[in-house]
Amino acid sequence: MVSVAKTLQLRTSPHVTSGASVDLIMRHVVWALVPTALFGVYAFGLTAAVTLSAALASCLLAEWLLCKWSEQPSTLSDWSVAVTGLLYGLTLPPGLPVWMTMLGGFIAVGLGKHLFGGLGYNPFNPALVGRAVMQAAFPVGMTTWHAAFGSGRFSSVPSSLFTFPFAAPEYTDALTSATPLAAWKFEHNLAAASDLVMGFTTGSTGETSAVLILLGGAYLAARKMMNWRIPLSIFVTVAVLTFALHLASPEAYPTAPFMLLSGGLMLGAVFMATDMVASPMTTLGVVIYGALIGVLTVTIRLWGGMPEGVMYAILLANAVAPHIDRLVRPTVYGTSGRKA
Amino acid sequence: MRLFSKKTFAHGVHPPEAKEATAGLAIRRFPFPPSLTIPLSQHIGKPAVPVVREGEEVIRGQLLAEPDGFMSVAMHAPASGIVRRIGLMPSASGKMVPGIYLEPFPGSSQEVPDGAGVDLESATADEIIAGIQAAGIVGLGGAAFPTHVKLKIPEGKRCETLIINGVECEPFLTTDHRVMLEQSDDIFMGIRYLMKLTQAAKCFIGIEANKPDAAQHLQDKLPADLQAEVEVAVLPVKYPQGAEKMLITALTGHEVPSGGLPIEVGAVVVNVATTAEIGRLLPVGQGIQERVITVTGPAVKKKGNYRILIGTPLRFILDEVGVEDDIARVFMGGPMMGPAVSSLDIPVVKGTSGVTAFTLREGGDTPPKEYPCIRCAYCVDACPIFLNPSQLGLLAKNGEFATMAEEHHLMDCFECGSCSFVCPSHIPLVQHFRVAKAAVRKAKAS
Ligand code: SF4
Ligand code: SF4
Repeated sequence: MVSVAKTLQLRTSPHVTSGASVDLIMRHVVWALVPTALFGVYAFGLTAAVTLSAALASCLLAEWLLCKWSEQPSTLSDWSVAVTGLLYGLTLPPGLPVWMTMLGGFIAVGLGKHLFGGLGYNPFNPALVGRAVMQAAFPVGMTTWHAAFGSGRFSSVPSSLFTFPFAAPEYTDALTSATPLAAWKFEHNLAAASDLVMGFTTGSTGETSAVLILLGGAYLAARKMMNWRIPLSIFVTVAVLTFALHLASPEAYPTAPFMLLSGGLMLGAVFMATDMVASPMTTLGVVIYGALIGVLTVTIRLWGGMPEGVMYAILLANAVAPHIDRLVRPTVYGTSGRKA
Repeated sequence: MRLFSKKTFAHGVHPPEAKEATAGLAIRRFPFPPSLTIPLSQHIGKPAVPVVREGEEVIRGQLLAEPDGFMSVAMHAPASGIVRRIGLMPSASGKMVPGIYLEPFPGSSQEVPDGAGVDLESATADEIIAGIQAAGIVGLGGAAFPTHVKLKIPEGKRCETLIINGVECEPFLTTDHRVMLEQSDDIFMGIRYLMKLTQAAKCFIGIEANKPDAAQHLQDKLPADLQAEVEVAVLPVKYPQGAEKMLITALTGHEVPSGGLPIEVGAVVVNVATTAEIGRLLPVGQGIQERVITVTGPAVKKKGNYRILIGTPLRFILDEVGVEDDIARVFMGGPMMGPAVSSLDIPVVKGTSGVTAFTLREGGDTPPKEYPCIRCAYCVDACPIFLNPSQLGLLAKNGEFATMAEEHHLMDCFECGSCSFVCPSHIPLVQHFRVAKAAVRKAKAS
């Protein structure tokens, strides 16, 4: 008879877990973004590859340095900063000077994440914080778009990419082009919905192919790593509002498909508004949150000074997310009919 | 029988069931250990008071300790032998508790003499309640709440529905499953006593769909005199459906009011193994001496469902069934709610439905790395009570126990562990809540 003589592990129940873990979720978000990123590189060429790499590298570096300086163990292994870096890169116009890209990466991670206490404590999506600061600081650089599918895109990069820090980049008009949203807003040109779906238009590196973004989103939603109610609520709100407006005045307002498919709405709704940390937790809460983003996006796009409004819409909704959670608390079991 | 009913409660989780290893194994008698350690309190409430002396010889089934008031139950000798000592002994809670050390006689026949039975036909409700208390019966599903206490219907309340809990939603455990397959007559006899006592109009036997053989067996064996009132209800598999409140909601649609008892919605829930013990012991006037326990887990070699004497030390059980070399963790009950034990000198008690042992391969050397809460809301969608475990977890970290109780319904948490199970940040949420609840209770008491 063998006697059981062992030091027993004392752990608290439950002794089994679902297998979900933060790094696993983050890793899957990265996988879900890969097709979109690859398409960006295919559409915009080497420029996009440089921009994405610079964005990713600067975010990883910032995270590593900030952990080192604050004498915390490195958090690179939780993969959350990879998500931030990739998302941030995908929101940038390809051809943005590398030094700007990297500066924004530091801002995204430093200001958007670590200043608030790191993973889990950021009230805003860090990638969007980075982009918002860049938009304010470098309005020209952030709205100069290179035409997609340029012929020499795999053999050369625009000179603007390697502008010296703090020098103004020079753009050659021949290479730049207007985004569908700007074209509509300032020139009343409506891009074809099919081009928008497939991604044959210009824009930020990762926002042009609606179909690939939705594919990535569907993958995450199927794995329950993204709350699909958020993008759905945004899409429905935007569609209903635009449909009504377009019906009222087809001259003044674009069609619903155009609104849904152009600009950063798809990328923002699927990958940024769904940032778990910065969005509400209850089902009703996320529906309200999504509707709010939808309304704000339409408002800013149609009546604001800028062609694009998704970014600010999401940041504003992030700010109210905790309040939404406080307002719509689910009824605790056994308390209905009584005052909680 | 309602097969494939969609009725269930909201939220909950789906842990791996892990019941295949023992579900098909018939209950077998476990050897008697060389010595038994029998705690005087194996139930919620007051410890029983010993009625034997050190050095006294007792026969199997003899009363060892009598209940101390209504919130207490009797304790009987699990085996014929000699009382070696009455004093402190280790318990699963980690504390030393008063208990009786009994040394069984190796050569004894271990016959249990009959006592004064409770006659089903003539007994009054109070007589049945007294009989259940005298038999030392507590909730065998794990809660160990004195069964007779919850059967005492308060003045002005009525029991509409008697619910027999055969859900057994804890992974790994198959005790109730086997009892349903092998002791259907005892169960039906128990139901007769319970129906008579509660005057309920309706009785459900709730069983999860992963035990179709048990449901079918009970349906086939359902005696003619019970056919009108008793219904075998098959429920979809979901944890924690075996929790009283969840089962009531699944079967009747009613929600037990926060802080209230099931009787407030006209329901009484009794575990199926408890019911079987009532049906087995009351007619012959005996007390609980043993119970069926699933001994299982990846570290156990001869897994099975065993009828084990109350007071058998874990060390003896694990020695008998054999364990893997890298055994690392042993817990009482299943992996969702079962507390890990610090010592193998701890005995199994009336509330022990399982002994599960894990190796190092399940969970590694150290607990998984804890991340900050990423507000993924998995826990919010898991909590069957509709609490916000994420919020509660943050408050617990700051020690804001009073706020947790007053504004966030902490005391409604029944520690099912669903939130911890799903948390991708591996935050020991339910452990925080246990600590917080204890602190709140203490603050209230002082
Ligand atoms: S908060 Fe309590 S009741 Fe809710 S899932 Fe966690 S342990 Fe279960
Ligand atoms: S499951 Fe864990 S990480 Fe997710 S919200 Fe709940 S506590 Fe936070």
